[in-house]
Amino acid sequence: MTALLEVSGLRKAYGATTAVDGVSFTLPPGGALGLVGESGSGKTTTARMLVGLEQPDSGSITVLGRPLAARVRGRAARLARAKAVQIVFQDPYLSLDARLTIGATLDAVLRLHGLGDRAARAARVRELLGQVGLGEREAAALPRHLSGGQRQRAAIARALAVEPAVLVLDEAVSALDVSVQAQVLNVLADIRRDAGIGLVFVSHDFAVVRYVCDEALVLLRGRPVEHRPMAELLAAPEHPYTRLLLDSVPHPGWDPASIAQRRRQLAQ
Amino acid sequence: MTLLSVEGLTVELPGSARPVLDTVHLRVAAGEVVGLVGESGSGKSVTARSALGLLPARAHVTGRVLVEGKDLVGADAARLREVRTSVASMVFQDPRAGINPVRRIGDFLAEPLRLVKGWSRRQAEARALELLAAVGLPDPPRHLRQYPHQLSGGMLQRVMIAGALAGEPKLLLCDEPTTALDVSTQAEILALLGALQRERGLGMLLITHDIELAAATCDRVYVMYAGRIVEEASAADLFGSPRHPYTRGLLGSTPPLTGPMERLHPVPGAPMSLAESAPGCAFAARCAFAEPGRCDQAPPGLLPLPAAAVPSTAAADPTGSADRRAACFRVAELPAVVTSEVAP
Amino acid sequence: MSTTVLQRRPLLGRLRGGFLAHGWLFRTSLVLLLGFVVVALLAPWLAPQDPTLGDFATTMAGPSAAHLLGTDQGGHDTFSALLVGARSSLLGPLGVVVFSSVAGIAVGLFSGWRGGWADAVIGRVLDILFAFPSLLLAILAVALFGKGLGAPVLAMAIAYMPYTARLVRGLTAQEKARPYVAAYLVQGHAPLYVAVRRLLPSLGPTVLAQSTVNFGYALLDLAALSFLGLGVQPPTPDWGAMINQAQAAVLQGQPLSAVVPAVAVVLVVVAFNVVGEQLGDRLARRDAR
Repeated sequence: MTALLEVSGLRKAYGATTAVDGVSFTLPPGGALGLVGESGSGKTTTARMLVGLEQPDSGSITVLGRPLAARVRGRAARLARAKAVQIVFQDPYLSLDARLTIGATLDAVLRLHGLGDRAARAARVRELLGQVGLGEREAAALPRHLSGGQRQRAAIARALAVEPAVLVLDEAVSALDVSVQAQVLNVLADIRRDAGIGLVFVSHDFAVVRYVCDEALVLLRGRPVEHRPMAELLAAPEHPYTRLLLDSVPHPGWDPASIAQRRRQLAQ
Repeated sequence: MTLLSVEGLTVELPGSARPVLDTVHLRVAAGEVVGLVGESGSGKSVTARSALGLLPARAHVTGRVLVEGKDLVGADAARLREVRTSVASMVFQDPRAGINPVRRIGDFLAEPLRLVKGWSRRQAEARALELLAAVGLPDPPRHLRQYPHQLSGGMLQRVMIAGALAGEPKLLLCDEPTTALDVSTQAEILALLGALQRERGLGMLLITHDIELAAATCDRVYVMYAGRIVEEASAADLFGSPRHPYTRGLLGSTPPLTGPMERLHPVPGAPMSLAESAPGCAFAARCAFAEPGRCDQAPPGLLPLPAAAVPSTAAADPTGSADRRAACFRVAELPAVVTSEVAP
Repeated sequence: MSTTVLQRRPLLGRLRGGFLAHGWLFRTSLVLLLGFVVVALLAPWLAPQDPTLGDFATTMAGPSAAHLLGTDQGGHDTFSALLVGARSSLLGPLGVVVFSSVAGIAVGLFSGWRGGWADAVIGRVLDILFAFPSLLLAILAVALFGKGLGAPVLAMAIAYMPYTARLVRGLTAQEKARPYVAAYLVQGHAPLYVAVRRLLPSLGPTVLAQSTVNFGYALLDLAALSFLGLGVQPPTPDWGAMINQAQAAVLQGQPLSAVVPAVAVVLVVVAFNVVGEQLGDRLARRDAR
């Protein structure tokens, strides 16, 4: 079976700083990979390269066996690329067009992707919103009349409307309130189960990555340091940086002082 | 000794449907680390700011905010200045927003000392060096001459902490001090805050949205929802046997890092905004245990837990449950054992 | 328990939050502007006399039943000239604003969207244009293409274009960085479509506010040009030209025919400024929400 997404040797530099250096991974159909790291780890740059918002300096991205062109020209090529990978951004307050209702936003995506019949589009909009737990009221609302969690669900529905092979989530739950974050995580888990879509979940939070993904790739300053199945990684992290990240999550009996000390050792 | 005592503080803003703060009671004693947990719009930051006499303009304020026994509500400018310069100080969420990007670190630290305390340049700089060393920055003389953009977020937050310590405060208010920082930097900043707190016997109020963080670092924790305190407990009790349905919901919303993986049971809906109000318990609309005709009539008071509601393990520990209070009509009837599986 | 009402915003706050937000100034300005527009449209029917015809029997007369605001030294009826003069006085700036806004939006959108070297080059060119005072550019145009309304309006449109272009460029760059624009691109929309149909409309209100302020200044500049005798040529009535022609009357102690158009210019310019600023303030408040 061909891999859903194959990334190899991805590299991107901005001037003298190398943001991403040698990131490679393979996503099987229906798989979910967590890209875990802190600021400056290159996880967001990697996500943006996957959807074509940044051009890699070298390396290749292949979706369902077809390489993604670095630059697309023409409508057909643009739509094909859109069908390959979609993205949900971190900030639900800025990622929706403030001038369109949620329903109109989804409708525009469906029209762009060739769903001509108005009634068919309306039905599909209802279906997509239902998938993320939104209803008629939200469809008719402008983004500013919705809560952060509702907006983020709308953004997920908008990405799903394209019916992409792979969905990239760039810190998609980290700007949400704790009680709302769990709702969106459940939506993602359901989508994974029902839509059979491949997920690339970019996050700094191992707990949410564990909830959504089967495997994780840990990035440190643009380089991959550990890539293993989730359960293994959590049970026996090999790289000291992975251990540090895991221990940094607060828990009862937490000792921040020892973590701080280890972080300094790692930095040297 | 009680450093900060907020008594029945209610803050109303014109144009909002409910009070920003609604009869908030809270106290912080010297040497104590107190957590204040809440989501957006819960009023946790407003509560912390009230301890500096920083309440929103045009707000209608009732109740008292006692700092070292003296009320700040309606206090004159001199008293407010005294509190802000030498009793309480605050560390904010985003260190970059709190510092002038075109002034040197040294100016940031030394200027208040020279202006407020009338120190000479030399005295103030010597003190700034001391402060930078106290917050564990590697090369204080060099940092003194650096600009904010030359430091990482974690280092800059240390500078902000140094600035907060400049007036030798007794009470440190930390408003989401690590939210803008990386996870591993978070541990570093909290280790520093913990060490400073112990060394100096500070009273500390840690405001956070992360209930796990509060449970891991605080002695006592208050949970806020929609402007009201809904639960007060020791950190161990809160984490081990949360009583208020909202606290349970928060704990059940965070996926675990270890143990079996079950489906999360999120709290439905979204936190109550300032444009919404409810006649009864503010959480009732999202609460799985809410009883129509009871929870939606009048707001529940924050009361000590009835004996029946105190879990037996906690009751056996004489120190554990002394300060347990919750604002819920049904607190005595809720199932005692708490996992993420709790359902009505 | 003590009760305190905190009032931290003294006079200035009350001023802005009070009578400005109430908007009587804004509303008065708006009504005034609408009034002038109506007058300009209906001037030929409203004017009691033909302002191009001089009545040499009554020059430099004071107000009377026949001449409500008196006459100038050529015996032209000042009131009629004021009404009919509103046409060219408002039409000129309208031309300036329309041309400069269209060009400024195009240049700014391209520059802000494209970024990189194209943005840098356009930025330098705009800097150079900024360095030319609009009046100087207009006088140059008159020298090249002759007197009248056309050449100065075109020259001034070029001089005003950088203001709009800068604004649009900045807003475009800021807006383009927002994830909703990235989302449109990822969905497969053509960049041109996203820039023109999705991004541009969100800038509309801000550009309108800027154009409104520009209108007032353009009117002032064009009136100055006419005053210098380089703009609208007599006998076509124009406020700037009226002030110019009234110079002799002023020296003879009959300033009314100069004062009337001057007051009209000041009122319209101030009104446009108030409306523009308030539109800008309202937008800022809307965005803050």
